[in-house]
Amino acid sequence: MTEASGQGTRSADAEPPVLEVRDLTVFHGQLRALSAVSLRVRAGAVHAIIGANGAGKSTLLRTIAGLHRPAQGAVVLGGVDVTHRLPHDRVADGVVLVPEGRRLFPSLTVEENILVGRRGSGEGSWTPERVYDLFPWMRERLDQRTAQLSGGEQQAVAIGRALAGNPRVLLLDELSLGLAPLVVRQIYGLIPELLESGMAVLLVEQDVSQAVRTASTIQCLLEGRTTLEGRPEEFTPEQIEAAYFGLASSRAAE
Amino acid sequence: MTWVNAVVQGVLLGGLFALFACGLSLLFGTMRVINLAHGDLAVVAAFLAVEIVPVTHLPALLSFVIVVPIFLALGYVGQRTLIQTSLDRGAFTVLLVTFGLSVVIENMLLEVFSANSRSINIGSLVSKSIHVNAQISIAYLSLGIFVVAVVVLLGLQYFLSRSSMGRMIRAVADDQEASQLVGIDHRHVFGIAAAIAFATVALAGLAFGMYSSFAPTAGQERLIYAFEAVVIGGLGSLWGTLVGGIILGVAQTVGGQIDPSLQILAGNLVFLAVIAFRPEGIFKGRVEA
Repeated sequence: MTEASGQGTRSADAEPPVLEVRDLTVFHGQLRALSAVSLRVRAGAVHAIIGANGAGKSTLLRTIAGLHRPAQGAVVLGGVDVTHRLPHDRVADGVVLVPEGRRLFPSLTVEENILVGRRGSGEGSWTPERVYDLFPWMRERLDQRTAQLSGGEQQAVAIGRALAGNPRVLLLDELSLGLAPLVVRQIYGLIPELLESGMAVLLVEQDVSQAVRTASTIQCLLEGRTTLEGRPEEFTPEQIEAAYFGLASSRAAE
Repeated sequence: MTWVNAVVQGVLLGGLFALFACGLSLLFGTMRVINLAHGDLAVVAAFLAVEIVPVTHLPALLSFVIVVPIFLALGYVGQRTLIQTSLDRGAFTVLLVTFGLSVVIENMLLEVFSANSRSINIGSLVSKSIHVNAQISIAYLSLGIFVVAVVVLLGLQYFLSRSSMGRMIRAVADDQEASQLVGIDHRHVFGIAAAIAFATVALAGLAFGMYSSFAPTAGQERLIYAFEAVVIGGLGSLWGTLVGGIILGVAQTVGGQIDPSLQILAGNLVFLAVIAFRPEGIFKGRVEA
């Protein structure tokens, strides 16, 4: 009863975000990679960051994972400021990054890659068994080195390794990089299953049409600044294109 | 038959070399750290044993019960402070720091213990041996050291491939950044690896101190043999390290059989031949440490 009324009064916007990034500014040496970028991701939502090469997308994910120290701003997880937590502690806090290029451990087998992912694991239902249920082919190839796998299979192991850490927020960096379109569709097809358990997904994607199909909200970065943010259906392809390439001012002038 | 004896003694001597090389191999395999103070640390362990045996009345053979835990702690703390700090500044800094450490240790030992040779007194055991036939006799001590070396290397190999800590050590060795992303505190894992490496250095130092006499400056020569064993076997492979140690040992004893003055040179020549013709080592590409 109380639960029902609680849900009734809670609108989507009022629900506290699992992940909140406030005014994040990051420098790579002299270069300002991110300028006051903010975002909020709710449980069960997919937030996609799009943008051209060098827009700061990966820097954003890596800073959320703790690999870069921001000059300003905060990363808040479930209401707790984790800006100064070390990367391995953030895994236990519930943020797990699937890094660009997969970054599997080449001298470990498929099974060991998944098991090592449980190291910093938060609480949750993602056991290695459940990972193997999600990717049934893994069961027959547990003892193989990851170098023997195809690109798509390696990406699956990278995702499985991250899931084994029971993230509340899963960060996916360029999943589609170097993979065949069919494989990319298969991997993106898994995301709804992840969301069911209340996981939030923050992903970076160069393939804009893929991002628009998958995401509940999209955010476009250009040279480290947000140029567009909202639900994908709010925007025309032209608007997204303008934000992506920074054509907004020239279009307005036309 | 004297040649057979030379090979047998060489294999046994190789056990000691492998025991020395084990820690060097582990540190390089996990952290890409070349510890130039490796040999000197072994000598420290030997001096420690010389000092504690009369105080504790412990049998010399059991001195490892005290020395090894001290080195475990030393390894962890040394890694978390000195080595990690220099690692953060680059591989070259580590080389300089461990070189400096080597100089400091040697001079401190000279200061405290003088330049005289010492040995760990294990009583009559040092001369007891199994007589196989007229030419071949196997000293209990050499055999014991060989067995310890094999057990340590096999045990370490098993630990690295089967235990959850071993898995983490391999993961960190593969990719430090990715290991942090799965929740591994890579500095702690490095500390554990260094603790294990230091413990094997202590064992090697004790074995060396029982096997022959040693002076504070003995470390450099030990480091060279350890380094040669690692390179002959192939960097990062513990199996290779054992084989590398044995090859070096056999080269030295067979060389010594030809002419006693050739002993050291023969070992170095085999090492140079491996560098020249098979620089990746005998066990190429098996990155398991």
